[in-house]
Amino acid sequence: MTAKVLTVTSGKGGVGKTTTTANIAVALAGLSYKVVCIDADIGLRNLDVVLGLENRIVYDLVDVVEGRCRLRQAMIRDKRLPELYLIPAAQTRDKNAVSPSDMVRLCDELRNEADWILIDSPAGIERGFRNALAPADVVVVVTNPEVSAVRDADRIIGLIEAEEKGPARLILNRVNMNLVKRGDMLNADDVLELLAVELIGIVPEDEAVVVSTNRGQPVALDGKSKAGLAFQNIARRLNGEQVPFLSLEEKDGFFARLGRMFRTGGA
Amino acid sequence: MITRTTNPEEQAGYKPGSEKDSAITIKGIREGLLVTLGDGDWETLQERLLKQIEEKGAFFRGARMALDVGNRILHAAQMGALRDRLSDREISLWAVVSNSPVTERTAQVLGLATRLSTPKPERVIRQMDTQLPGEDAILIQRTLRSGFRVSTHGHVVVIGDVNPGAEIIADGNVVIWGRLRGTVHAGAQGNEHSVVCALEMNPTQLRIANLFYAPPSKKKNKGAEMARVVKNEIVTEPWNTRRIRGGE
Repeated sequence: MTAKVLTVTSGKGGVGKTTTTANIAVALAGLSYKVVCIDADIGLRNLDVVLGLENRIVYDLVDVVEGRCRLRQAMIRDKRLPELYLIPAAQTRDKNAVSPSDMVRLCDELRNEADWILIDSPAGIERGFRNALAPADVVVVVTNPEVSAVRDADRIIGLIEAEEKGPARLILNRVNMNLVKRGDMLNADDVLELLAVELIGIVPEDEAVVVSTNRGQPVALDGKSKAGLAFQNIARRLNGEQVPFLSLEEKDGFFARLGRMFRTGGA
Repeated sequence: MITRTTNPEEQAGYKPGSEKDSAITIKGIREGLLVTLGDGDWETLQERLLKQIEEKGAFFRGARMALDVGNRILHAAQMGALRDRLSDREISLWAVVSNSPVTERTAQVLGLATRLSTPKPERVIRQMDTQLPGEDAILIQRTLRSGFRVSTHGHVVVIGDVNPGAEIIADGNVVIWGRLRGTVHAGAQGNEHSVVCALEMNPTQLRIANLFYAPPSKKKNKGAEMARVVKNEIVTEPWNTRRIRGGE
């Protein structure tokens, strides 16, 4: 096994990096890959919360880097899936506790043990971002269809190119199809026209995500919600599968719903 | 331009005709022939020169001639007549060198050079016609994303987009083969002749020299445009109006 290291980043905070990381991890593990997640957001960890593994943390990333424990000891196994592990971030330290070369060394150690290593990057373009980027083979940029989020995504894509980690791939998260339909939200074409990178997923805004995140039960555990399905599709695309784009699926879904609404209204 | 292959060493002091014409010296120089007229009556010397030319027709034909008339004062009619007569014999008189300011002025009025060194730059210019020296410019063959900044004393050419949050500052022109959505400052050292061209002109902000242009926020024009300064104001116009530099 030689793992691919995938870093999830965004520049702007609050666009759904951690939720995306957790769900892609769950979806990949659901496809029977061995997945290790690393929370690189030292000081502001929450990947453990989203995955519902908070209460099982003993050792963290900084403990591994500073040699207080073995790598294995810091890997928390998610019991819902056969092979999903989390290396949590330290909450009491800051980003400078780890260096980019520490991250490269850590990932190299894990490469022979996993299929995918997912790194959840902190917001911003400073040390934490560079830590997360250093070991990456594949970089996924998460953005929302908002001007400020797209601007930051553009910046981060430029930095990724400058670090020769590009081309980044894009996930458009939290797309509200009703707003897009009304022309009140940027659509995927607007965003792609500006960013000019490969789109690997469109995740619709979905209340199920909020509920599941609070419960520590990622939506991708089952494909019942639209967002959960979107994340499962992203995982398949990351493995080179050709999956029809959710923008169309979602549009169909929307029209179907609209049709139903009209029918009920007419009856 | 007819260039005669003349060897200065060989031609130096060459006197067509006979020894009695010591008043007329003909010399090959880089620019053609230099004829120095010594003392004597103008009309006589002129006739003697022309006679020599006729005797050695083949040698003179097509030559460019400079005439050194010493302190002699010549008027336009005299100089013009000689020029015409030389021209009849396929010799072009291009310069009249004289110590007399009056003669110099006459030569200038007739459009003749008064210094032998002038053809030299003329030659260089001729070469530049086909081989322009060009100006300093930098080429950026990628999309300029947010946070990237290009600053140069020359011109800037971008093959790619300039995204919002990106910035180009150039002392010269800025040409973008792509969409301009960021900030551009052309002619940053104050050159109002600088222009900004883009296939899609939707800048966040555009500056030329000290002038400022805030584009309309809802612009739907997708065609190539050029921004330039007209009457102390930045205007953008589609490139195909063929009015480039027309407003000067």
